[in-house]
Amino acid sequence: MNPAATPARRSIHPPSAPASPFPYNPGSLLSASDLGLDEISHILTRAAALENQDPLTRARILAKRRVALLFYESSTRTRTSFELAAKALGADTTLVSSLSSSIEKGETLKDTGLTLRALGAEAIILRHNSSGAAWLLEAETRLPVLNAGDGMHEHPTQALLDLRTILAHLRQGVEKMTAETLAGVTVSIVGDILHSRVARSNMLLLPRLGAQVILCGPKELLPEIAAHAGPGISIERNFEAALRQSQAVMMLRIQAERLAGLQLDLEQYKANYQLTGQRLASQAPEAIVLHPGPIIRGLEVTAGVADGVQSVILDQVRNGVAIRMAVVERALLKGHQEGGRA
Amino acid sequence: MTALLICGGHLIDPAAGVDGLKDILLKDGRVAEIASPGKLKKANGAAGPEVQIIDATGLTLAPGLVDIHVHLREPGQGYKETIATGTAAAAAGGFTSVAAMPNTRPVNDSPEITRWMQSPERGASIRVFPIAAATRGSKGETINDYAALKSAGAVAVTDDGSPILKDNIMRETLAAAARVGLSVIQHAEDTRLTQGASMNAGPVAFKLGLRGMPPEAESGIVERDIRLVTELRDARAHLHVAHTSTAAALAAVRQARRSGLRVTCEVAPHHFLLTEDHVGFYNTNAKMNPPLRSAADRDAMIEAILDGVVDAIATDHAPHAIHEKEVEFEHAPNGITGLETALGLSLRWLQNEWKMPLGRVLSLLSAQPAALLGLKGRGTLAVGSYADVVIFDPKAEWTYLTRDTESKSRNTPFDGWTMQGKVRWTISEGRIAYDSAS
Repeated sequence: MNPAATPARRSIHPPSAPASPFPYNPGSLLSASDLGLDEISHILTRAAALENQDPLTRARILAKRRVALLFYESSTRTRTSFELAAKALGADTTLVSSLSSSIEKGETLKDTGLTLRALGAEAIILRHNSSGAAWLLEAETRLPVLNAGDGMHEHPTQALLDLRTILAHLRQGVEKMTAETLAGVTVSIVGDILHSRVARSNMLLLPRLGAQVILCGPKELLPEIAAHAGPGISIERNFEAALRQSQAVMMLRIQAERLAGLQLDLEQYKANYQLTGQRLASQAPEAIVLHPGPIIRGLEVTAGVADGVQSVILDQVRNGVAIRMAVVERALLKGHQEGGRA
Repeated sequence: MTALLICGGHLIDPAAGVDGLKDILLKDGRVAEIASPGKLKKANGAAGPEVQIIDATGLTLAPGLVDIHVHLREPGQGYKETIATGTAAAAAGGFTSVAAMPNTRPVNDSPEITRWMQSPERGASIRVFPIAAATRGSKGETINDYAALKSAGAVAVTDDGSPILKDNIMRETLAAAARVGLSVIQHAEDTRLTQGASMNAGPVAFKLGLRGMPPEAESGIVERDIRLVTELRDARAHLHVAHTSTAAALAAVRQARRSGLRVTCEVAPHHFLLTEDHVGFYNTNAKMNPPLRSAADRDAMIEAILDGVVDAIATDHAPHAIHEKEVEFEHAPNGITGLETALGLSLRWLQNEWKMPLGRVLSLLSAQPAALLGLKGRGTLAVGSYADVVIFDPKAEWTYLTRDTESKSRNTPFDGWTMQGKVRWTISEGRIAYDSAS
């Protein structure tokens, strides 16, 4: 053997990774990338129809069907809107949260999921602090699982309600999606991208409709590799430069609970990345301002911007109920009609 | 003791330079005689009622395989694996010698545990060589008594899984081990860079929202260790890099070898076959440490194996109970089983796909790892060696199914994979340790 020899490039063909078996259940919504353009259009169309439907008629759609909300993390908007959405369709909902259940006693996600299924749950809406938890729950229960946020990974219904909000303001609420629907629209996502499931779902969803996504933030919260997460994504460290190109600006909270020892200079952060009235007026006077909440006023946005005329933050919350009605309906009708794969 | 006569097979013994049809007589746990086909039957002692004859016509005979990196989980975690079940899996995979890592409960840092592991009461099917902890409790603070551990049977020292980070402790470990002629095995991971991480750092980890282990966490420790070996050049310290997974770490080993240092390395089948993409959507059976790396790193493993920089294929067989892997990815324990799939994967890919000569593949699985840890009389079938033999059908293609495993655990990403080369018999010190027909 001659270790000094330079390794020659051989033509080697190693085994490729297997195709994903997910989702097992056609009613599941695990990732924003699970949805084709037709399905996105369908969800948007149903969201509008359900929103405008007579509440008594609407309440018959899923009358007495059982939907479980399984929440391992605190939540205001997502939990309430999922619950209101399911109830608006007539479903019975039950909330299991990690602090008031056997999860505290060490029950695993698998056992909790199987227990809910045995109790008659026909779909589970899961919020969990571990990335990938929704995939685990779906594989173990084979029920329709709606991912309401898994760790730092995805939050697909948030991306859908953000999309609906953007469409309402920039595309007259069009519901039929094509690969060009958002052509010419640039959306900047600003702040703590690294720890954000909202950012990941949006950066996977919006470019498929033709939007350009600019990620903006400091290196500690936005690694270079983020630009490789998919097509149509670029990184711009300069907030003003990002704002100037944007028709929509999505501001994110710094996720103090996920920083894992990372030290940030908050004053420096605010100096560079806080969305102030002055910045907005000078760089993006026409853009809409989104925020998935919870907002930390005075950190990522000033109170003036949060409450200002360009803010569509409360539209997002309202759209959340409509989108989640459509997604819960899809979960139970599609999941039931086609059945889960064994 | 009964004698075994294996006749009609094709013997490949890379260490002895044998590659041809041979009959082989095993007696009293040793290789007694090797001769051309048909010759031994007439020779003295090779016939008679005490001689069991194995017809290996159409099969390949090779020195029993040697895996220098396995976790047998005993003492302390018998629900994952026992020495009996782990060695049964090893025998099914063609192995006749395994070196067992010390991260047991308690940690194997004493001559007593080292002896306990080798006791006949453990029910091992094949030979177990304990690797002892380098430091007390593998805490990286106090060096153990290597002379005592060596005389109890330890073949190397390591704090596998809890790498020695302090320079002075690692230097002392290398020097003390060199004084008694033991190798130091390092699981190279700068754990200060991998806190909370559960897969390789890179685009896949970002997409999955998982914290990543940067390749530098491995290569940095390998480079540090090589610096220490350089300082201890006169002491002839031997550093063995466990489960190498990054191109940068291999480059450092390559360079060290060029400088004439005693630095060796092993690569696990999953690191020369799989990449971070195989994690898919949080497949906990693709979670191990070091993690599956980038395609460039994986390709570097293949190149280094073909080029001869890699000294051994070792499985890092790490059984875990089903319930431990059926959890959120970041909470699942690291490790996969590997003893039953190493030969089948190596022949299928290294030999068949990438055209490595069979003798070299077998050498990486037997002669070289045995030599690396100084296991005398192992890894070869020269007359007088231990009667450790694997007899396999080199052309047979088969599908590995975990439901048929001899191990207590089933955590492998290779369930359902096509293997090449089916083990027919494994013979350990003259006794049949595995017979695929029974």
